[in-house]
Amino acid sequence: MNNWNFQELKETPSQTGGPYVHIGLLPQQANIEVFENNFNNQLVQDQTKGERIRLEGQVFDGLGLPLRDVLIEIWQADANGIFPSQADTREQKADPAFHGWGRTGADFETGIWSFNTIKPGATAGRKGSTQAPHIALVIFARGINLGLHTRVYFEDEAEANANDPILNSIEWAPRRQTLIAKRSEQNGEVVYRFDIRIQGDNETVFFDI
Amino acid sequence: MSQHSWGAYAQRNTEDHPPAYAEGYKTSVLRSPKNALISINETLTEVTSPHFSPNLFGPKDNDLILNYAKDGLPIGERVIVHGYVRDQFGRPVKNALLEVWQANASGRYRHPNDKFIGAMDPNFGGCGRTLTDENGFYIFRTIKPGPYPWRNRINEWRPAHIHFSLIADGWAQRLISQFYFEGDTLIDTCPILKTIPSEDQRRALIALEDKNNFIEADSRCYRFDITLRGRRATYFENDLT
Repeated sequence: MNNWNFQELKETPSQTGGPYVHIGLLPQQANIEVFENNFNNQLVQDQTKGERIRLEGQVFDGLGLPLRDVLIEIWQADANGIFPSQADTREQKADPAFHGWGRTGADFETGIWSFNTIKPGATAGRKGSTQAPHIALVIFARGINLGLHTRVYFEDEAEANANDPILNSIEWAPRRQTLIAKRSEQNGEVVYRFDIRIQGDNETVFFDI
Repeated sequence: MSQHSWGAYAQRNTEDHPPAYAEGYKTSVLRSPKNALISINETLTEVTSPHFSPNLFGPKDNDLILNYAKDGLPIGERVIVHGYVRDQFGRPVKNALLEVWQANASGRYRHPNDKFIGAMDPNFGGCGRTLTDENGFYIFRTIKPGPYPWRNRINEWRPAHIHFSLIADGWAQRLISQFYFEGDTLIDTCPILKTIPSEDQRRALIALEDKNNFIEADSRCYRFDITLRGRRATYFENDLT
């Protein structure tokens, strides 16, 4: 009977990243010097176009305590909303001084994480729509069996957010607020605060992408 | 060859993966969402992904036997691990970033938070990385990790395993998992492996002894293939943009 199914492979199943995820993905945070070029949380080069921002926050568990062993990655478009990826099928060329991706670990003491990046431009949505500026973010950690995907939007883009197709697909309107980062200025630097609550009150929206 | 226009990735089959809340793996209890995930229609954000230049990589990045050796070779079983990365439709995944990390032969990690009594090895770091080639093939060399004890229940032991991470063509393919070694009896009792609902999928994480690729008087070899989500082609309307 099983032969009635045509042969398609199953995706390799996920497993937790575990408590020592830094060894492989951020060896510098585990004090291991092996690679000449380490990946990190700095997405901005001198020639990168766009408004410099710092994105920072903490990730909280179901008791409201920060995860101090969490690993976070972000993926975003450049200042014009173009992804530095072959799979971006639009004709425009992405900023050659922007890689679009970064990785960091929460501080082992405080649980605070951050990225230095640029504010992305609005990018194309499905069927000719426009997506509000956003950053895709994924978290991996001990106790998390499958990486949790979410998105970061910006509170000073209220009009674009109101028209964003993904935000509007969240039926429980109050939950949309969990995806909006709060803007402040600290010592002349623009900072967006984005706290992630994995479980419980004000639980962050996570996506199956 | 027809001009493919690529649509979205096939949806993730959640039954082929562990649930977020799995009480036998105790840490998951407070680190799993209470709400259901919200499924979205993919956009350019989900089908794009960063590219990694081969120039970033050093010559020993995929050689865990030598890439941290200071005054000699690390102690333990010399093994080569190789295999292919494909998508669910059988296509090779090219130029994907594969990163690995693991304990040493004692089951001890080079990490500030690991206090296990098993001995450190001054010549073993425990991390490596490589890019898959045109055929989706990867290879790295290492010391087979030892099992290690951990606090879940008090006498819990992980099977020997190597953690791995893949960043490929689309953000939707992003995957972290672990593979195990054929014949390890701890595989049947591991609560982390047991979070995976089906026996077939648990077996998909076991690297197989590859005897024909042992290197005489040098190294044994394991074969381990990885499958990522795949994109469907579009021949009619393409709604992605």
